[in-house]
Amino acid sequence: MKARVIVTLKNGVLDPQGQAIEGSLASLSFGGVSNVRQGKVFDFEIEGTDEQAARSQIKAMCEKLLANTVIENFAIEISH
Amino acid sequence: MKAAVIVFPGLNRDRDMIAALTKIGGSKPAIVWHQDADIPDADLIVIPGGFSYGDYLRCGAIAARSPIMDKLRERAAQGVKVLGVCNGFQILIEAGLLPGALMRNMSLKFVCREVKLEVVNADTDFTRGYAKGQIIRCPVAHHDGNYFADAETLKRIEGEGRVAFRYAEGTNPNGSINDIAGIFNENKNVLGLMPHPENLIEAAHGGEDGRALFAAALQQVA
Repeated sequence: MKARVIVTLKNGVLDPQGQAIEGSLASLSFGGVSNVRQGKVFDFEIEGTDEQAARSQIKAMCEKLLANTVIENFAIEISH
Repeated sequence: MKAAVIVFPGLNRDRDMIAALTKIGGSKPAIVWHQDADIPDADLIVIPGGFSYGDYLRCGAIAARSPIMDKLRERAAQGVKVLGVCNGFQILIEAGLLPGALMRNMSLKFVCREVKLEVVNADTDFTRGYAKGQIIRCPVAHHDGNYFADAETLKRIEGEGRVAFRYAEGTNPNGSINDIAGIFNENKNVLGLMPHPENLIEAAHGGEDGRALFAAALQQVA
């Protein structure tokens, strides 16, 4: 199975990098863009066919390493 | 009083820390490589600064999951003093030994300069060499020192006297919430701070303001 984990900053956590990117987009004349937030994507393969088991394993991986749950949320996508 | 320094690949302030501990403590600290099975008997365990694992994933994240950190956690629970400076602070936070998070500096710039620190709690084994409210000089050098904690955590650490140092006189270099530069754990035997007191301990450094922290931490417990 292929898995994708998307880690994003929680609402209310200041994202100076997102703000800098937003400013840069504006300077490139891309109008109407607001609330830019920068995140991370992890793609990997995981053995097995049981999607539920994989999902709970990946959730544990996120909580223990991939995300800092003090400031970040995570979302898990699995495809076969 | 015995000290130990834990070294991870990518740290670069270990030499300065070892020099400071040797000079102030009178004997060379034990050097512990991150793959060592255990930490030798010590009264003070220090994680110095640098860029462990190249700051991959998040600053300190990979080092914080090393097996040696389980040993450190055991010692901290027994009351052994633990000090983390700069990347060491980031590692202690990622390991869950201290609350909150250290994010990218608000300016997005790496800051390398001298700041002023206010000693907020002088009633601990690390800070008793200072007076409460005393303003000291200290160098900083980091890219990710912007301390953040949710409102509830912040209220708790402020209320429990767990803020050790605050950036003073408008010198907050990174946007840290409440100007927080260093914090304690609940029992005040674990201290993490972004500034580098080990780099201001002798006249050749241009000052000795950092010396009292090590002198106190290395003092024999009565």
